[in-house]
Amino acid sequence: MKQVIRIAAGQGFWGDLPDAPVRQVEGGPIDYLMLDYLAEVTMSIMQKQKARDPNAGYAKDFVPLMKRILPACVDRNIRVTANAGGVNVKGCAEAVIAVARELGLAGKLRIGIVTGDDIMGRLDEFLENGIALRNMDTGEGLATIRDRIQSANVYLGAWPMVEALNKGAQIVITGRATDTGLTLAPLIHEFGWAADNWDMMAAGTIAGHIIECGAQASGGNCQFDWQNIPDMADVGFPIAEGSPDGSFVITKHEGTGGCVSVPSVKEQLVYEMGDPHEYITPDCVADFTTIRLEDDGKDRVRVNGIKGKPATEFLKVSISYSAGYKAVGTLVYSWPDAYEKAKAADKILRARLEKLGLRFDQVLTEFVGVNATHGPLAGLPSTEAAEVQLRVGVRGSDRTAVERFTKEIAPLILTGPPGVTGFAGGRPKVEEIVAYWPALIPKELVTPKVEVLEA
Amino acid sequence: MKVQLRKLAHARSGDKGDTANVGLIALREEFYPILVREVTGDRVKDHFKGICQGDVERFELPNLGALNFLLHESLGGGGTLSLMTDAQGKTFSTALLRMMVEISDDEAQELGFG
Repeated sequence: MKQVIRIAAGQGFWGDLPDAPVRQVEGGPIDYLMLDYLAEVTMSIMQKQKARDPNAGYAKDFVPLMKRILPACVDRNIRVTANAGGVNVKGCAEAVIAVARELGLAGKLRIGIVTGDDIMGRLDEFLENGIALRNMDTGEGLATIRDRIQSANVYLGAWPMVEALNKGAQIVITGRATDTGLTLAPLIHEFGWAADNWDMMAAGTIAGHIIECGAQASGGNCQFDWQNIPDMADVGFPIAEGSPDGSFVITKHEGTGGCVSVPSVKEQLVYEMGDPHEYITPDCVADFTTIRLEDDGKDRVRVNGIKGKPATEFLKVSISYSAGYKAVGTLVYSWPDAYEKAKAADKILRARLEKLGLRFDQVLTEFVGVNATHGPLAGLPSTEAAEVQLRVGVRGSDRTAVERFTKEIAPLILTGPPGVTGFAGGRPKVEEIVAYWPALIPKELVTPKVEVLEA
Repeated sequence: MKVQLRKLAHARSGDKGDTANVGLIALREEFYPILVREVTGDRVKDHFKGICQGDVERFELPNLGALNFLLHESLGGGGTLSLMTDAQGKTFSTALLRMMVEISDDEAQELGFG
């Protein structure tokens, strides 16, 4: 058994630095590359793409990326875990296989695919059997949005990926799988941890939590001494060096920018945290109050002491549904009295919307430069402020009303307060809102499926 | 004396639906007891008046010298429903660091504020 496994994070979200995974592969020794592609509403976008084209519905960027790194991965036996499969895991795997054959890697590569997360076709069956899939935040039953649902996927954990790795898969592609599972699975596979070794499950989960947002653990978005973090243009993405006893070191490749420090890791640990005693995943319940951090030299932080508790009987379901339309319009007002002008323009705009009889669920006005981030906490701006941006958003179920709103912004330039600019972008776009509905489902109702394909 | 929280802590914030979380981390170990004493759930709720419409929960992480706050009903519906510039609550961290907290003269001297 290897005593240290190096798992490198290549993407913090779908749309992160395109070259980051390549640099993780080329920049130094690693054993695994983990790639997180799925944000909460990504599945609904993919569902729509698949409806238009049955070959689509996965993270398209993943295929050209594989083309760039597959030869090195095969050469150095680097394995990849990625939830790039979206709602068409098989389609994604086939595209990667085609690329592998193009590269002359036929017969040299196995691709594991994990499915069974998509429960869109089983929703009525569940509802009929009394599985209410209530919204975890509001308690509402699913019936209220049943006819507007666009996708429904269960978050699968590490174990189906472990099965694929055990069967010799070099690339593991999943649909909806937890970000933390992408890191935990390689550790379980390498070190043979038992499913009820809750401390190990929690340790691997927390290693995953630290690296899953990419450079946000290695200097990105880091408040601590941010002015002195070196060479962010060339920021190194984080790497977790796992050990069989569950301890691990967070680091990054030598010669890269950014920093891995106790403060940078702490900031990532508290990111999107709920109750720190109960970080719930399909694989365990991790206790963040047991984490011990130690400085382990330059750009190295040692993490140990982590305790876990048994996993719950439920899996989380991510359901997306159509929730109306929105649009946001902006204009910029200049000195003097920029804020007063922007406020006057907002009044005029609202009066016009009122006269038109347009009804919205919400109209929100923000003044960028005054209150868009810290609200009333920021106090009043100086009358000498160079500029203030007026930003008005509307949301409602009537597309026509939202469309009409978008035509009321630009006219303010010739029919409102002076000193205004910033309309070059043209009319605001009307966006369909795809909202997120989190729910729970008993584990026994979901059966993950693992297949291993030969390239 | 009054000290602004930014002198005592750094922070990162994020979202879960319509709830914003703010993790507040002591800049030095010795500052953590001051955070525990001064930055209570009630004070945070009051600080975010007009922004946080729901309850504020507080959790302690002495192992990290950190507190975690959950600010419910703070993100205009959250996620894609929200019309806010900061629909993900990313800047709630720095908003919290605006808070002024009270430290005794002895503490001020001991900790090098003065």
